[in-house]
Amino acid sequence: MAITKKPVIKNIPYEEFKDNETFEKLVAELNQNGTNVIVSTLDDLINWGRSNSLWPLTFATSCCGIEFMAVCAARHDIARFGFEVTRNSPRQADVILVSGTITTKMAPVLKRLYDQMADPKYVVAVGGCAISGGPFTKSYHVVMGVDKIIPVDVYVPGCPPRPESFLYGMMQLQRKVKAENFFGTTNRKEKDPYEAEMETKNEQLLNQQEEA
Amino acid sequence: METTETKTQVQAAAPATPKPAAVKPAPKPAAPTAPAENEVKPIEVEPSALRKEMERLKAEDMDFLECLTGVDWMEEGLGCIYTLTSTSTGKVVHVKTATLDRENPLLPSVSDLWAVANIYEREVFDFYGIRFTGHPDMRRVFLREDWVGYPFRKDDETEKNNPLRMTNEPLADDTEELVLNADGTVTSKRNTIFADGDYVVNIGPQHPSTHGVLHFRVALEGETIKKIDPILGYIHRGIEKIDESLTYPQTLALTDRMDYLGAMQNRHALCMCIEKALGVEVSDRVKVIRTMMDELQRIDSHILFFSCLAQDLGATTAFLYGFRDREKILDIFEETCGGRLILNYNTIGGVMHDLHPNFVPRVKELIPYLRNSLKELHALFTGNVIFQNRAKGVGVLTKEQAISYGCTGGTGRAAGWHNDLRKTRPYAAYDRVKFNEVVREGGDSFDRYMIRMDEILESLSILEQLVDNIPEGSIQEKMKPIIKVPEGTYYSAVEGSRGIFGVMLISKGDKSPYRLHYRSTGLPLVAAMDTLCSGSMLADLITIGGTVDYIVPDVDR
Ligand code: SF4
Repeated sequence: MAITKKPVIKNIPYEEFKDNETFEKLVAELNQNGTNVIVSTLDDLINWGRSNSLWPLTFATSCCGIEFMAVCAARHDIARFGFEVTRNSPRQADVILVSGTITTKMAPVLKRLYDQMADPKYVVAVGGCAISGGPFTKSYHVVMGVDKIIPVDVYVPGCPPRPESFLYGMMQLQRKVKAENFFGTTNRKEKDPYEAEMETKNEQLLNQQEEA
Repeated sequence: METTETKTQVQAAAPATPKPAAVKPAPKPAAPTAPAENEVKPIEVEPSALRKEMERLKAEDMDFLECLTGVDWMEEGLGCIYTLTSTSTGKVVHVKTATLDRENPLLPSVSDLWAVANIYEREVFDFYGIRFTGHPDMRRVFLREDWVGYPFRKDDETEKNNPLRMTNEPLADDTEELVLNADGTVTSKRNTIFADGDYVVNIGPQHPSTHGVLHFRVALEGETIKKIDPILGYIHRGIEKIDESLTYPQTLALTDRMDYLGAMQNRHALCMCIEKALGVEVSDRVKVIRTMMDELQRIDSHILFFSCLAQDLGATTAFLYGFRDREKILDIFEETCGGRLILNYNTIGGVMHDLHPNFVPRVKELIPYLRNSLKELHALFTGNVIFQNRAKGVGVLTKEQAISYGCTGGTGRAAGWHNDLRKTRPYAAYDRVKFNEVVREGGDSFDRYMIRMDEILESLSILEQLVDNIPEGSIQEKMKPIIKVPEGTYYSAVEGSRGIFGVMLISKGDKSPYRLHYRSTGLPLVAAMDTLCSGSMLADLITIGGTVDYIVPDVDR
């Protein structure tokens, strides 16, 4: 079956986005095994809803966070894209915007926040610091890029990125969500660290029960 | 529009390095014959005599410990420079002490004389490993408790000893105090921070109302706060240490990223410190431009203060109104500096670009606009019963406490302490403008809030006086391509958006500083949180923290 999924954003022509190749690769991978028409139609519907209601976690460590606030406020207004429902609890958030420097002291906290979020979850690295350590690459206390500790979906460069780049980055994330399967797969990017542990525990339990 | 690429590594935006304007070899500026205006000649005291000297100075009315800088002089020892100021006479004294013992360096603590010394000494312990006898709480303050070594020592192997630790950080419930006995021996004693029966709640580091990544351990008695133990360092980026390996123009870039709502003033302070040390006099035009930019930044910061406070208390509309007005200032910045938040505008000897032709008309437009919208903000929020109840009489800091804790800026002025550097030690063009230092007496959350709202008006009046009188002149003095500050110790300070921002520069005559220490405006404010909040309700922590107005990257540096 031909590629039917095209991550389209209303009012912005497909060609105007940079980096369409990544998406085409994603879509090609999805289609490799052939798609079920009914499931993919349902997928499209769900993904349309999901991509337009991504709830970010209120998470900001430094300067970039102020620009994030500016994006939330009146002039730039992320409500236009459905991102305005910022959540203070990671349990309710879909996407974590890592805006600001992540220090080695913060790293375990960030990892825990990420682990607490429910699947499917996304990570956007905002600003030079989150991408690679930014101006602090010489520092002894800065993590040189959050992708060292959690998987990143979209990188938004800048120091700080302009609000427009924020929005562009978020649109890229929307396109990514649109190019995903929802039914039949989980969108995990990493192996569940507790899966093996749970299995052995379950086995032990079963064995115990059998013995009893 | 900037590009964003998915799943492809994009190189980070490197901080713009200010270029020295003069490329041609400029005629050497005449070597300054007189000592630099801001050079400090500290009184040198042996560690054993330090206590006596400090007690004498304290008795002589040096009641404000402005800055405490730890230094590693290598063969001259490890030590500190204390900057003391008298709030009544304005006199400033520097005291220097150093110990030669690198294995087990000990200095006497002065934390009982000035409350703020408590956290400053912990900082010095954290960075240099100097332990203070008589200090009740000798724990690390920024780095993890299991950190190995002392990163600011010149011979420390920080990276090697400290891989990225992904385990949860240990937090001790008790702490060490070193007691200096009469016979000269030192014994160690344990002090409890939280006892076994204490009900301790963790607030932060990920909490929307702590204004960044700040962690409070709060002991509660019902809903009343018994004790607060702030845990810092979640955004400690080691800026001061990085600076030691950067050239002077490069060090400027990082100042904007500490207190990003005081970017102009921070950079102003550092530029001023280096210029004075070099004996460079900037043109009148630069002075006026810097003054105006500082004031715009102050308004920007205070409006953001208002917005965030309102947001924290649940008033989202007020937040949106605040940001609407803030964008007007950002527009002005953007046209002249190119950036919205991180501005990179001041350079050593001048400013980066000349004013944009739209600058003057825009500022003229802004003044009446903001005066009007301030009325709107007041109508929206100030009179609100909920806010009034939560702010009036809550979190009171007395004048004595404010001075002892070194809470400068709006927090100190709300308690009746006249500490505005623009008045007490005028710099740039502040001596030629008329404005009032806003001071109130109550010292509660409401006063702290009102101070900032009133300061916006004063800043507008400063802008109004200057906007038609921007003198002609060059915007950049001719500097040598490689800037080397003559050997010595220098200190300059400006009035930042939230208090005194000082720069202590120790140079050995190289092209990068030997030690560069920033007097953070926020660290004393966080140190005072325990005193401010004890006895208040847990919910008041948010109001108090909001009105005290600290910026965490500036606290942690
Ligand atoms: S990328 Fe720049 S603006 Fe963003 S947090 Fe880092 S230093 Fe601050």
